[in-house]
Amino acid sequence: MKWDEFFVTGEPMIYGAMASIVLVTIAIIVGLTYFKKWGYLWREWLTTVDHKRIGVMYIISALIMLFRGGVDAMLMRAQTAVPENKLLDAQHYNEIFTTHGLIMILFMAMPFIIGIMNVVVPLQIGARDVAFPRLNAISFWLFFTGAMLLNLSFVIGGSPDAGWSAYFPLASLEFSPTVGNNYYSLALQISGIGTLLTGINFIVTILKMRAPGMKLMRMPMFTWSSLITSVIIAFAFPVLTVALALMMFDRIFGSQFFTMSNGGMDMLWANLFWVWGHPEVYIVILPAFGIYSEIIATFSKKNLYGYTSMVVSMVVISLLSFLVWAHHFYTMGQGAMVNGFFSITTMAISVPTGVKIFNWLFTMRKGKITFTTPMLYSLAFIPIFTIGGVTGVMLAMASADYQYHNTMFLVAHFHYVLIPGTVFAVIAGFHYWFPKVFGFKLNERLGKHAFWWIAISFNVTFFPLFFLGLQGMTRRMYTYSAETGFGPLNLISFAGALGLAFGFIILVYNIYYSIRYSPRETDGDPWDARTLEWATSSPIPAYNFAVTPNVKGRDALWSAKHDNQPIFDGKIEPIHLPSNSGKPVILGGVFFVFGFALVFSWWIPAIISGIAILIVLASMSFDRDHGITVSVEEIMETEKKLRGETL
Amino acid sequence: MMKQLFPIRHVMGYLTSLILSALALTALLDIPFASKMAILAVTAIIQASLQLFVFMHISEMASTKKELYLNIAYALFVGLVTLFGSMFIFVWGWYS
Repeated sequence: MKWDEFFVTGEPMIYGAMASIVLVTIAIIVGLTYFKKWGYLWREWLTTVDHKRIGVMYIISALIMLFRGGVDAMLMRAQTAVPENKLLDAQHYNEIFTTHGLIMILFMAMPFIIGIMNVVVPLQIGARDVAFPRLNAISFWLFFTGAMLLNLSFVIGGSPDAGWSAYFPLASLEFSPTVGNNYYSLALQISGIGTLLTGINFIVTILKMRAPGMKLMRMPMFTWSSLITSVIIAFAFPVLTVALALMMFDRIFGSQFFTMSNGGMDMLWANLFWVWGHPEVYIVILPAFGIYSEIIATFSKKNLYGYTSMVVSMVVISLLSFLVWAHHFYTMGQGAMVNGFFSITTMAISVPTGVKIFNWLFTMRKGKITFTTPMLYSLAFIPIFTIGGVTGVMLAMASADYQYHNTMFLVAHFHYVLIPGTVFAVIAGFHYWFPKVFGFKLNERLGKHAFWWIAISFNVTFFPLFFLGLQGMTRRMYTYSAETGFGPLNLISFAGALGLAFGFIILVYNIYYSIRYSPRETDGDPWDARTLEWATSSPIPAYNFAVTPNVKGRDALWSAKHDNQPIFDGKIEPIHLPSNSGKPVILGGVFFVFGFALVFSWWIPAIISGIAILIVLASMSFDRDHGITVSVEEIMETEKKLRGETL
Repeated sequence: MMKQLFPIRHVMGYLTSLILSALALTALLDIPFASKMAILAVTAIIQASLQLFVFMHISEMASTKKELYLNIAYALFVGLVTLFGSMFIFVWGWYS
């Protein structure tokens, strides 16, 4: 291989990306060395097994990936803003829409959700950590490895360019001969293993680690949604694992699973991809529903309306999510019977979803609503998501879908469900739980400014796409001629995208501003909330709760505050905590080398790093680790300090 | 002493699962279709129960039995739906 094939060449923008990657890396290394923070970084973050810190690392990574995916989106909107634009060439545009989809779904939405799950779920069930803390660290580092591998593809070797769904035969070696789709299979595989482990970890945590009295039907709604999401992860991700492995065999070892000859079947890829892909959209949206349930109940000062029906509807959604995947390829060639069946199952999902929407509305009815930033996002979610849902039912009708299949109508639809559904939810959750983790609120005035910019610009960006789709503009077109008449609406959409970018800049500035100026909380419950996570102090001590909580009903903290039902009626006892481990981050590093070597079919490094993976795994099995025990005196001291008392 | 420490049950279980995987490969031989299916079905069922009983301790968990069986039922549901759904799309319901 020649060096000019190794690095992507010939594009000024990519040279800019290379320069910025090098500069940022140097800046980080110099900064860490200058401020002598290497030891701190290693001890407190890289080796941590604390669910809160892992959650924070997930969220920081997700925010960085949101920036990367957002820049992709801006470039796409800029390219299509006017007819015959020359900003990007076709190849570059293909790479950008592919990585935009991959990054936003797998490396932004998923880690953001999993990060919030990590921070919140153990606290909500009154546990000290997740069931397998070190496995949790492995999950994070595998996700991070996958994310870095995919991002590296932009400057080394070329990014995947066959769409985020990577349909065969386009994604096959024959039609995509660059290493781009090798990156696809390996980066997704590595981070997918991490996600699968997270799913298993959280199923066990929620089923086995609940505090005394925390029965299943007393769990906060976010924990319920996390449990159901984890179950979907555990059963949907194996399909992706298998599909990606077959893809890798096809591309790297020359097997014929998805080829068009020699008994291969290209359509099987689309089939397997969506068997995973449809449950995947519920993986990112159910926790979002959980977040909204918490926020709406808190800021309406009422308990959640229809708790049982919320749980049942989520279980029904999780089952139905496995029965609808063929609606992604109505036009592939199956008969009317198949399409009719999948049409009906798809429309059936709107029933439990509708139940949830009405439950939120009834929760707010006659409530004392306070319009905080997280509540504003939740309120905006309901009408915007409903537009997405209604257009979803339109797309679900197979015969009508033949008209707008793969047009901008579809693009508008899924942005209308994913952005208010997932992105608004994680931002709302970010604002809502931020004081829990860091001990101060994000500034409300800036938060609301950002909200209005984001909510309005979102509609300006994506509503025109519905019309463009109905006029016949297909998705993934890198340019169009002026005669098509697509120009004006695309220009409006670009203006909206600029507004969205501005909104996100305010959001990021708000984090900086609040770190500097926001007043520090003195008590752990700044929102007058209802659930257990607010019963401990903020920031949260490493052991979460000094005394194991004793739960006597739903909304445990609310009952404690208003019905005189104390949560902490035990006495302080020594607490056992897991000790830190450097092996997860090392495992991530070795996986990175392994993935990178396989991408380029460098067999010797691949074999060596493959053996190294096995050695690291085996060495973990032989670790003798009894964890650490926090003594009663130490707990008392920490608690006093957190309450602001002098020692 | 050595006898108590050595995990004979698990080592045997592991070897058996490897042998079963190898046996399944005989389906590639030139034999009638029905025998292939029979070989695959029998080895798959033994393999699955081996995993469940030896490695996943399905018989030992008294406290979360309900959740365990619910999870297995869910897994079966997803597996069967994926399998028969794909057959439905590509074989029985294919446009012709």
